[in-house]
Amino acid sequence: MNDRLKTLLAKAGPFLGLIIVIGLFAIPTETREIFLSYHNFKIIFTQTVIVAIGALGMTLIIVSGGIDLSVGSAIALTSVVGAMLVQRGWGTASVVLAMISAGGAIGLLNGAAIAGLRMMPFIITLGTLGIARGVAKWLAENQTVNYETSVINQWMTTADPFSYALPAGVWVTLGLAILTALVLNRTVLGRHIFALGSNEATARLCGVPTVRLKILVYALAGCFFGLAGLFQLSRLRQGDPTVAVGLELDIIAAVIIGGASLSGGVGTILGSMIGALIMAVLRNGTQMMEWQTYFQEIIIGLVIIVAVFVDRLRQGKS
Amino acid sequence: MNQAATRAALRLAGIAKSFGATQALRGVSLEVVPGTVHALIGENGAGKSTLMKILSGAHAADAGTMELGGQPYQPQNPHDARLKGVAMIYQELNLALHLSARENILLGAEPAKFGWLDRRQSRDRAREALAQLGHESLDLERQAGSFSIAEQQVIEIARALLTKPQVLIMDEPTSSLTQADTERLFATIQRLRAQGVSIIYISHFLEECRRIADRFTVLKDGETVGGGELAGASLDHIVTLMTGREVKDLYPRSAHELGPAVLEIKQAASAPRLKRASLQVRAGEIFGLAGLIGAGRTDLLRAVFALDPLAAGEVCVVSAPAATATPRARWNQGVGFLSENRKEEGLMLSQSIADNLTLTKQETFGRFGWISARRQRIAAQQWVETLRVKCRDVTQPIGQLSGGNQQKVAIARLLEHPAKIFLLDEPTRGIDVGSKAQIYELIGELAAAGKAVVIVSSYLPELLGLCDTIGVMCRGELTAVRPRQQWTEQEIMRAATGSAADPLRA
Repeated sequence: MNDRLKTLLAKAGPFLGLIIVIGLFAIPTETREIFLSYHNFKIIFTQTVIVAIGALGMTLIIVSGGIDLSVGSAIALTSVVGAMLVQRGWGTASVVLAMISAGGAIGLLNGAAIAGLRMMPFIITLGTLGIARGVAKWLAENQTVNYETSVINQWMTTADPFSYALPAGVWVTLGLAILTALVLNRTVLGRHIFALGSNEATARLCGVPTVRLKILVYALAGCFFGLAGLFQLSRLRQGDPTVAVGLELDIIAAVIIGGASLSGGVGTILGSMIGALIMAVLRNGTQMMEWQTYFQEIIIGLVIIVAVFVDRLRQGKS
Repeated sequence: MNQAATRAALRLAGIAKSFGATQALRGVSLEVVPGTVHALIGENGAGKSTLMKILSGAHAADAGTMELGGQPYQPQNPHDARLKGVAMIYQELNLALHLSARENILLGAEPAKFGWLDRRQSRDRAREALAQLGHESLDLERQAGSFSIAEQQVIEIARALLTKPQVLIMDEPTSSLTQADTERLFATIQRLRAQGVSIIYISHFLEECRRIADRFTVLKDGETVGGGELAGASLDHIVTLMTGREVKDLYPRSAHELGPAVLEIKQAASAPRLKRASLQVRAGEIFGLAGLIGAGRTDLLRAVFALDPLAAGEVCVVSAPAATATPRARWNQGVGFLSENRKEEGLMLSQSIADNLTLTKQETFGRFGWISARRQRIAAQQWVETLRVKCRDVTQPIGQLSGGNQQKVAIARLLEHPAKIFLLDEPTRGIDVGSKAQIYELIGELAAAGKAVVIVSSYLPELLGLCDTIGVMCRGELTAVRPRQQWTEQEIMRAATGSAADPLRA
């Protein structure tokens, strides 16, 4: 019975965190009504999209025992690539595909270097963080890439306060989250990713093709980062090579708050999604309270530490 | 009686210790006479290492008394134990390989003035400790990692001597040494004894104990079962004390017939340790590989399983002669491998029993890459029941189980696959007697069912009790393969140590 309670707590942990964070911002009466309104939650969901899609890819990587620091740069690079293609009059579907592939290609390079050269993911992706950012600035000639208009611009809009419809980006995130969760839990690929992260030596011993799998994980995650770049473009409506600096840290934080372990083998998509939501609620709430942005940063930093500490307490007790 | 009490360098009485439900020690007494070498003898799992951890302050005893030089002795932690005069040399060397010999010797006890390192004094003290060991010429500024294993051990002993210990504990100090280095170590031990240091010498090499030790104590199942002067004790007497009677019943001699050869290894070599090994294993045969640690036994199994590349020679699984050699291919050919290193290599500790048990064949639990968790659980459940694995259910993370139960799951992976050729590396290391007996029984059943089993073990009675054929490895070569009836423990040891004196590890 006690064990069951613990597993229940373990599963509900991030949920509780989310409820506590929402509850905190709902205390002050002057902002409560606006904060808790449907429209505000529509904005929060929309603001979560980019970090959430990034967190999907990052969950795969962290569960496999790796890390990717190049996400922010990859998002900037793919959004520049996308903007340039729109500029050149490519069709929407081709632009979307090209952006996802561009992200996948960066991931493939990361994975190949990590698995092939047997180097630390931290170091390789620290390198690509610089390289991808540099290439983005080079392609964009150090300025924003502007285009007249595109359907893409409508996928992240929350402009109409009377519309109840959630923007496309939110639905795409939700659908992908469900799909990724299924893949991670119910397929051979997913269980092999867990095996790789839990103990690479065991995975190898049991015949899991670890080198190929590692490359695949980074490439797959890269596709997610390319997609995050697409929604970044949709939100900004221009390709900006200086966008999303440090975003990888928000994404990693979301995954960690969601209960994943940086040493691999542990993590859930649901947790990561709630982690991303917690980050977005914190941003939104502090803005609404008209707190300074530096205060926001301090709070988010504290939340990461508290979340991981609580997680460790929970694990230690079980 | 009182006089004896004050004379003892170290006195233990009624020491007990349990971990959860397991009673590791249930009444150990030990008395070490000053300036003698005292051998502590016992099988794996007899409680030697737990006792050492209590002596060195890593664990606290649940009951019993300890006296050091007539004073009550209750170390709070290993550092405290060192300060009080008990130092320990572990089987695994504990050196910071990137630091110099001098830095290693003084680690944690650096002489300093206002936080600044006193270089001259540190050199003098390191030199003094080495001189005590007769190694004053050792280059103090060389990186510890660049010394040979034997020299590294000297550095480690020098570090232990820095606090001028009354009692020095050595845990299996010769397990990775060559014959010549062992002789040098013995000379060092005799030198320390002459200087009045009492030494507790742990080993299950009885011949070695007889050569170096003055007195002995035998532990069995966490209890002191005998001891005294070594000079008057026969080997048979000690062995009987060590094993008791019931141990003979541990090894089932189920009838099994040898079939055709299923695994052939010809002149196999693999960098860095495996030099040359040829052998043939037949269906229904239990083949034991004996040898010292580092002799290349594990390397041979790993090369057969394609975990390490072959540098020369040939490994042939008879049923699939021309197949590729990768771990995955080996599983497909019906070969299964059990790692000696359960925690680092064998198991995914954070994952469930079911996942660990079925990792080699997950694609068979569903279609198109999807897994049916239910079918996976059912498969695991069956083995958990057959092998009586103690667990909450098959979704429990395997890291929460005891060593014996973990090992049963690790072996069940090979059974579930199912393998026809079992490569088992130290299958009973560090597990309780009950689980051991069960694993022996299982191995017997496997052979009776016509499977081939290759066992690497450092515990000779186990090999002699179980195997049909035993091969002995020495310095990377498989030197002698004979039916079990033609081996004795002494002969295996002789073959394992060889006669030449060149180093084991290049």
